[in-house]
Amino acid sequence: MSDMNTAMVEKYRNDFLKEVEANVEEGQWVKMCMQCGVCSGSCPLGNAWAHPPQEIFMMIRAGKRDEVLKSDSMWMCTSCYNCIVRCPRELPITHIMHGLATYSKRLGLAPKTQPTSQFSEIFWNNMMKRGRVNELKLGLSLYFKDGFGQGIKNALANQKLGMSMMKAKRMSPAEFFGGHGIKDASGLQKMIKKAEEIELAKLKANT
Amino acid sequence: MTEVVATNETILVVGGGISGMTAALEAAETGKKVVLVEKRPYLGGRVSQLYKYFPKLCHPTCGQEINQRRAKMNPNLTILTMAEVTGLEGEPGNYTATVKLSPRYVNDNCTACGDCAKVVEAEFDNEYDYGMSKRKGAYLPHVMAHPMQYVLDPRIIGTDDAQKAKDACKYGAIDLDMQEQEINFPCGAVIWATGWQPYDAAKIQPYGYDRFENVVTNVEFERMADPKGPTGGKIVRPSDGKEAKNVAFIQCAGSRDRNHLLHCSRICCMASLKQTHYVVDAYDDAQVTIYYIDIRAIDRFEDFYQTVKAMENVSFVKSKVANIISDKDGNPICRGVDTEGYHRYENPHDLVVLATGMEPSVTKSDFPVDIVINREGFVEPDPANGGVFAAGSASDALDVNRSVQHATGAALKAIQVVNRVACVEG
Ligand SMILES: Cc1cc2nc3c(=O)[nH]c(=O)nc-3n(C[C@H](O)[C@H](O)[C@H](O)COP(=O)(O)OP(=O)(O)OC[C@H]3O[C@@H](n4cnc5c(N)ncnc54)[C@H](O)[C@@H]3O)c2cc1C
Ligand code: SF4
Ligand code: SF4
Repeated sequence: MSDMNTAMVEKYRNDFLKEVEANVEEGQWVKMCMQCGVCSGSCPLGNAWAHPPQEIFMMIRAGKRDEVLKSDSMWMCTSCYNCIVRCPRELPITHIMHGLATYSKRLGLAPKTQPTSQFSEIFWNNMMKRGRVNELKLGLSLYFKDGFGQGIKNALANQKLGMSMMKAKRMSPAEFFGGHGIKDASGLQKMIKKAEEIELAKLKANT
Repeated sequence: MTEVVATNETILVVGGGISGMTAALEAAETGKKVVLVEKRPYLGGRVSQLYKYFPKLCHPTCGQEINQRRAKMNPNLTILTMAEVTGLEGEPGNYTATVKLSPRYVNDNCTACGDCAKVVEAEFDNEYDYGMSKRKGAYLPHVMAHPMQYVLDPRIIGTDDAQKAKDACKYGAIDLDMQEQEINFPCGAVIWATGWQPYDAAKIQPYGYDRFENVVTNVEFERMADPKGPTGGKIVRPSDGKEAKNVAFIQCAGSRDRNHLLHCSRICCMASLKQTHYVVDAYDDAQVTIYYIDIRAIDRFEDFYQTVKAMENVSFVKSKVANIISDKDGNPICRGVDTEGYHRYENPHDLVVLATGMEPSVTKSDFPVDIVINREGFVEPDPANGGVFAAGSASDALDVNRSVQHATGAALKAIQVVNRVACVEG
């Protein structure tokens, strides 16, 4: 996707705000921020952000393209919606954060080892196979994403959780051999593929 | 029974705050007949509950005294207190007003000696102090009340207290048989000056006004600074009476917020800067923090802001506080992120004052007549309102200076309407 990145840089050279408005979900709201700081202060994960939302919005306006798109800040958003509820200007902050994250990933700029980003990808690929999440495989791929040794350690550490999930019938060992799914998984895959094509075409048209 | 002599050249003024009083006096002093209808038992409205006025830091009682004197001297002015307009019908130059009068149970013989209050036992929340103190069931609303007459709380009527009060009065001023009364009279134009009310701070949940005793509003703080107020003018914490030296002000509490009030209330920046003086004057080792989005010291008051800004023990933090928590000693802790460097802070204070905004005191559905209001709820200067003109803070969030100017304008508009009637009728 770095071709697209180059194309975007080329097109919006001096105006990152415009680029965000055109390409990021709900990006047109960024300019409405009045820099009050309520969102940043309301975020339960606030401490984990290198740049809280309020700062991200100012950085966008200041044209700090690389700093924003390569940042792992927006990946910290857990969708708790505290900020949206409290923003005096009603900015859809959560959606903008996810929009920025998606956009940076599309352009190949998202930090490679960011756990949320990795998890999202694993989750997505897992779910797309059969149209339902295979909890067992999702857990295993997560545990083993950093190598075999770490995987065993992770699995042991979470043994109790796994057992409880099985007891509550939220996870079944049988999932290992295939697992449950929806009736027409390939239909779903086709649908999503089409949607992705449309989205991509939209982005390309913007370059 | 109260009777009102009026014609369709009479001007009706609704609301006896500084705006209504000004409009009524200006019109009456040009020779027009004016009826002033006030819901409370006294005139003066919300300014009578302020300790000092910005920008001069003088006492509102001073201006009020002048107005009260003007009112007493003017034969063209009829004042009805404890009265509300419940109906208004007709057209410019020819309206009929319906007014409901609540019984005061005290007549004009009252000399304000206070003997009735001495014998009455029942106590109620004092609305003049926003419920921060108690008053007797027979009471003088405040020391400068106009009219200077006691009031019997309707909740003591039928109890022994009422009889005791009656027996204690040497002047026969207490009349327990007074009834609610409804009167109708004609008028040619109406000035609507019902003013504002503080935005309900409990609705701003993250600030915990309804959970933390040491989080108060700016209108309450005015009462706390007033020597006649609930704390005798001492700036102390409601929870434990401890001196409040480390005081925080949170600006735009409810204003400029699409979840609360859409508008900038315009006076609250100035109110907090003024109240900073109260704290700094009270304690040598005071420490004041003002949390703000931007300071709007309306027009020529910029120097007032600069003076406060230059004070050593006052700091300004550019940030809207995200939330307040309280520690085990009852210290409210302001939490947020500032805009000058994006620093995360958690600052404990003795007391937090919410600079709550102004909203119109009468909502659209409560108007006795069809009225055009704007999206903030204030009365618009719209031709469709006919002979009804807003004055002062019923038209917008205004300070006293602007309210009074606006009220004078409203008086002129009303005079023009009744003059037209006079011309037609010769
Ligand atoms: C914390 C704070 C501090 C302030 N300090 C200052 C200051 O230092 N200097 C300054 O210039 N301004 C100050 N202001 C602003 C000032 O209070 C207003 O400008 C002023 O009160 C406006 O007067 P008004 O007559 O328009 O409204 P009000 O004072 O609200 O008067 C309205 C009157 O109408 C009556 N009324 C309401 N409804 C009815 C009804 N249905 N029927 C009959 N009567 C009715 C009310 O009882 C009241 O008496 C401050 C405001 C706040 C919030
Ligand atoms: S809460 Fe809204 S207006 Fe305030 S800084 Fe955050 S996005 Fe901007
Ligand atoms: S006057 Fe100041 S505190 Fe009040 S709403 Fe406007 S900016 Fe906020």
